[in-house]
Amino acid sequence: MIDIKDIYKTFGDNDVLKGISATFQTGKNNLIIGGSGSGKTTLLKCIVGLHDPTKGEVFFEQDNFTQMDFTQRVPIRTQIGMLFQNSALFDSMTVEENIMFPLNLFTDQTKAEKLDRANFCLERVNLKDKNKLYPSELSGGMKKRVGIARAISMQPKYLFVDEPNSGLDPKTSILIDELIAELTVEYNMTTVIVTHDMNSVMGIGDHIIFLHQGKKNWEGSNKEIAHTDNQELNDFVFASKFMQAAKEKL
Amino acid sequence: MFQSLGRYILLLQLSFRKPEKFSVYWREVMVEMVSVGIGSLGIISIISLFIGAATTIQVAFQLSSPLVPRSIAGSISRDSNILEFSPTISSLVLAGRVGSSFASQIGTMRVTEQIDALEIMGVNAPGYLISPKIIAGITMVPMLVIISIMLGITGGYIACFVTGAISPADYIMGVNDGFDGLTIRVALVKATVFGFLIASICSYQGFYTSGGALEVGQSATKGVVFSCVWILFADLMITSLML
Repeated sequence: MIDIKDIYKTFGDNDVLKGISATFQTGKNNLIIGGSGSGKTTLLKCIVGLHDPTKGEVFFEQDNFTQMDFTQRVPIRTQIGMLFQNSALFDSMTVEENIMFPLNLFTDQTKAEKLDRANFCLERVNLKDKNKLYPSELSGGMKKRVGIARAISMQPKYLFVDEPNSGLDPKTSILIDELIAELTVEYNMTTVIVTHDMNSVMGIGDHIIFLHQGKKNWEGSNKEIAHTDNQELNDFVFASKFMQAAKEKL
Repeated sequence: MFQSLGRYILLLQLSFRKPEKFSVYWREVMVEMVSVGIGSLGIISIISLFIGAATTIQVAFQLSSPLVPRSIAGSISRDSNILEFSPTISSLVLAGRVGSSFASQIGTMRVTEQIDALEIMGVNAPGYLISPKIIAGITMVPMLVIISIMLGITGGYIACFVTGAISPADYIMGVNDGFDGLTIRVALVKATVFGFLIASICSYQGFYTSGGALEVGQSATKGVVFSCVWILFADLMITSLML
């Protein structure tokens, strides 16, 4: 479980986050949604410690992550997996080396054990036999899957995903969403996904937080989102004619 | 300026934190050493041979008086190569070749979130990315400078053969005459300091890149320009302090 309490983040004169509090439950897909510039990615970066919040606290279980220094954070960070918007695979390493990288640094496994784990993770994301390819030789969807394989290589307790569907076709997007949802249950992870993809929201949104102008504007599940009378949320979710038609059928 | 200096010092501090796993860092050090050392050998060899040859011809031309022994051209060419041309010119060239590569490599990792990925994993990103480059810089640049000195003196010898500016025998006599070991020590101190400056300044510029491809290019340019300026400043300081 991850608890965030009254998170503020300011860049210069720009107040990006204005007092956001939420609880992300274990074993669930927690989605942070909102329009461009609403503060989704900044909130995610505050949670994982890439940004320090101007005010507020982040708790991983009972541990106050915000007050820890770099060394104190390492044990928690080894339990974190993250999939970045552009996958952020290491260009100079093969697929296999990318997945084995955290294992090389933080475990005492033998090379054979690490290789087994890398193969297992690749098989889990349906990328068997791609071990020796470099990131530049992969498609966007394959890069995302390698990113997921790397994120789960250490069997994390927490999975953070930034815009998993950006740049992907609808079919691949659904595959990635389903994979993340399956892994969340399989590893009993606390998964936090930043997205503005409505397919993801309706498909895997167990718990959804809607950000609007840096504030938490709405919280609920994908079952509740279609029936909300929140104006800003409705404007965001049902902006397209396709979604409006889908809402009328509900 | 003071803010940049402070950030640079803090980054260096972070770079030399205890590694998460020594073996992984050692592998990176070896990779960087090969990249800096072997990768730069060709260009350093070419410029050293030509500068050594040109220096010898010019010195011989300027000392054409019958009152000055011809062999003195060999001594002056040797000392010029050891004290100035090999360490300084080589390092300026290395700032362009190696420094721009360091800055653009780290800068690209920054803008493509690869550095964020390292930090999320719990890796000390400055340590993993910068310390191997600094170690490679302070070990390989002195080695390249030693090779450069040897090739510079060889270049002078070849110039004597080809142009006949002075006889090869006079040149060899001059090279052997009045050799002071201090000049080699000065050259090695300069090379070590220059290697550190190239690696640390260019890595710093790359590490704090923000934006996209344009900014990566700007960081590489800034890294090369700043390291060249600091190399010349350090050259003056070391020369005045040690000679």
